[in-house]
Amino acid sequence: MNDFAHLAVTRASLDNCVKCTICETQCPVMAVTSKFPGPKYIGPQAERFRNGESVDHSLDYCSGCGICTLSCPQGVQIAELNAQARAVMKEDHMPLRDQLVSRTTVMGALMTPVAPLANGALRIKPLRKIVQAIVGIHEDAPMPVANGRTFEAWFNKRPKRTTPAPRGALVFFHGCAGEYFEVETSIKSVEVLEHIGYEVLVPKQGCCGLAQQSNGLFDTATKAVLKLCDELTSAGKDLTIISSSGSCTGMLKHEAHEIMGVDDSRLKDVGTRIRDISEFLLELHDQGELPEDFQRIEQVVPYHAPCQLKSQGMGLPVIPLLELIPGLTVVESGANCCGIAGTYGLKKEKYEIAQAVGKPLFDMVKATNEGLAVCDTETCRWQIRKGTGVQVEHPVWLIHKAYGLS
Amino acid sequence: MRRLSADVVVIGGGATGAGVVRDVAMRGYSAILVDRADLAQGTTGRYHGLLHSGGRYVVSDPRSATECAEENAIVTRIHADAVERTGGLFVVTPADDLEFSDRFLRGAIDTKVPVEEISLAEAFKREPRLNPGIQRAFAVQDGSVDGWQMVWGAANSAKNYGAQILTYHEVVKIDTADGAVKAVHCVDRKTGEDVAIEAGFVINAAGAWSGRIAAMADCPDVEVVPGRGIMIAMNHRLVNHVVNRCVYPADGDIIVPVHTVCIIGTTDVKADDPDHLSIPRDEVQKMLDDGDLLVPGFREARAVHAWAGARPLVKDARVSATDTRHMSRGMSVLDHAERDGVKGLLTITGGKLTTYRLMAEHVVDQMCEQLGDPRPCRTADEAVPKSESGANYLVTHRLGEREHDRLDDQVLCECELMTKKMFVEALDEQPRGSFDDLRRQLRLGMGPCQGGFCSMRATGVALETGHIDIDRATELLRLFLKNRWIGLWPILHGEQLRQTALDNWMFHSTLNIDHLPESTQEVAL
Repeated sequence: MNDFAHLAVTRASLDNCVKCTICETQCPVMAVTSKFPGPKYIGPQAERFRNGESVDHSLDYCSGCGICTLSCPQGVQIAELNAQARAVMKEDHMPLRDQLVSRTTVMGALMTPVAPLANGALRIKPLRKIVQAIVGIHEDAPMPVANGRTFEAWFNKRPKRTTPAPRGALVFFHGCAGEYFEVETSIKSVEVLEHIGYEVLVPKQGCCGLAQQSNGLFDTATKAVLKLCDELTSAGKDLTIISSSGSCTGMLKHEAHEIMGVDDSRLKDVGTRIRDISEFLLELHDQGELPEDFQRIEQVVPYHAPCQLKSQGMGLPVIPLLELIPGLTVVESGANCCGIAGTYGLKKEKYEIAQAVGKPLFDMVKATNEGLAVCDTETCRWQIRKGTGVQVEHPVWLIHKAYGLS
Repeated sequence: MRRLSADVVVIGGGATGAGVVRDVAMRGYSAILVDRADLAQGTTGRYHGLLHSGGRYVVSDPRSATECAEENAIVTRIHADAVERTGGLFVVTPADDLEFSDRFLRGAIDTKVPVEEISLAEAFKREPRLNPGIQRAFAVQDGSVDGWQMVWGAANSAKNYGAQILTYHEVVKIDTADGAVKAVHCVDRKTGEDVAIEAGFVINAAGAWSGRIAAMADCPDVEVVPGRGIMIAMNHRLVNHVVNRCVYPADGDIIVPVHTVCIIGTTDVKADDPDHLSIPRDEVQKMLDDGDLLVPGFREARAVHAWAGARPLVKDARVSATDTRHMSRGMSVLDHAERDGVKGLLTITGGKLTTYRLMAEHVVDQMCEQLGDPRPCRTADEAVPKSESGANYLVTHRLGEREHDRLDDQVLCECELMTKKMFVEALDEQPRGSFDDLRRQLRLGMGPCQGGFCSMRATGVALETGHIDIDRATELLRLFLKNRWIGLWPILHGEQLRQTALDNWMFHSTLNIDHLPESTQEVAL
């Protein structure tokens, strides 16, 4: 157990709470279930009653989406307080399931070589029922579709690039999902960056530890995130790092520090150099440096900004970026959360809640465009695909297409 | 006129009086306790919540130290539900002389106060927020105790042994005849009724007010000097152990975690009138500075409430009357038969909350001796009602309880997790109670919002359940807010100022509290 959760520097922010209850009016989980007492209750209120023994296990119904922290006008770090209380609660009895679902690299590495088999297995109802009973992952929960190849395999095996890279080098951080499941998104991201004149470096890299963090496993998550920082830095010290994995980017930018208290110069360095790909492209546009020879895409596309992207404090760069594409209309979902919140909606006791949280979003997506929606993070895309049947992709797919690359 | 009689009348419903009434009742005497206000509303309720290990007095007052160490163990056992066994630390800050810590250790051995020197690493492990510059640390068995709950526990125990507890009964006259006390006359402040109590014996436990009581029985010049001390409660527990500065007892040298808050105390200044205690600005600043020395950042943390209490210190000719800290902390019993020629009256003063039981034992022993009727004291052997299990209080208790009933019961006071059921049950017990009376038992309005959200909910519930009418509702709410304000304005800054502004907007703009209809009749609160 990381001492930080006990030390609880974040705890000091509970002094800012004036009981206004704005967080509870915004909490997507509280709106659909009474099992969760709400962010104000389990955050600044309950924290005053905590010392040692964990007595309020209903806090585990917090999905960790962070909308409370985002909406608090007084600066209480509500979601962070809750994440720390959860880590203390789970210190002694971490369910096997929470250890399994948080090992994204292990799951991906195991599933990739046997992708068709794995995908088939995940579709077999009786098998999923057994998984639900033993491991606690809901039988209907959205699961990633394993790819036949990894991103790394594609990157290393493709023909050597001969076109010039006048803009210099960038480091690409693919994340576990971008390596194993959402491989196309990683490929398209690299192709877009190369298309506009960058050399893309992909050092060997592991997991950022986000899933362990959100499941209260701070020790392993801290080790993972610092190892990743070293790996990303190994490609070049001062290079900008780009990622199309929205939530993992948030882990490096602020969550590892704010939730787990990781106070390490390597993390600070990487955290300030990393950019979400849409954020990066929009910065180029703002500086007049983005090639904007986009082909016309005549479509109305619903866009859902994931909670973990909103908490990065960069606004919603996807919307102005995609609207540079002639003919394209982007409709923001207006939903606080899709419900999945990382691994929350996979768990059998939370599956129904996550579906209820996502319902208004699912309805909005279907009503806006039954063919395509865009969203920045992987698990949210899986959740929306599962909840709507609509194809949901990373926004970079549209940029890729508009550049004529697909 | 109501007429009552009892073997023993106890005047004063603080810790001492409650201890005395329990003791006499357990020894088989019929007893009545009277107080002009609620139980533990005076000095007992206005302290920092420390259950002394004795460590504080090992150098300055060795006898008190030993008594504290012994009574600490007893109070922890018989008042299990009021005591949290937090443990305590004595730390030598960078501003303190290391030489004292050697005397401290020697004193602890001499007085049999359990003290263990711990490594600095261990001290920081126990209390990560401690000043990183501390030079030495000792672990002691300090605890924290809810004074109200302790006194109610003793009073309820006394009731089980047949005693009557009459709160809001103000003593107005004491009859003496043939050189002995005969009767105590009170006024019931809730009804205005006169009450005459024929008394075999009277024990004056009126604390800082005991000189006034003695004077009513023609026993003049009992000089009790009120030593005013201010305390400040911070919004959450910055420490989970009692943290003491390892110095000769001085101002602002203790931080006590009690319930959801931690309290810094205290100052010690001679006051003229225990009914009018100020909370001076410079003392508030001093407390915050002192807190910052023990726990850096203390000054920037959120203060929620301040208050002042009056220590009852018996004047001792050996020290200057303005230096109340170094007057006797030990208990003293005044025998008015010997002193003033009035039989059947003893005054008990001084002492500490930690040793309240022992004080009671001493004075009741003396009474028995005077009556020629020796009966043994049993108060250390038996737990008070609700403490029989021996399970001590934990700060997590209410959070754990709400985990089970939050879907079935409304939480009225969110800061202190007090439910509607708890409030209504307390109202049933004390239908004439003010919201402050209920607050002392339930912690209503004692958290960060200081009544901003819960007081109007509580008023609405009391009205809806028929416990009060609309006139009383208005007056009770106004009084509650007025009393909260007394402890708010001296510390208004930072986050608490923001909270108070929000609360004021709500009370003025949504409730128009300043222009509620005037009561049609006088409301006795």
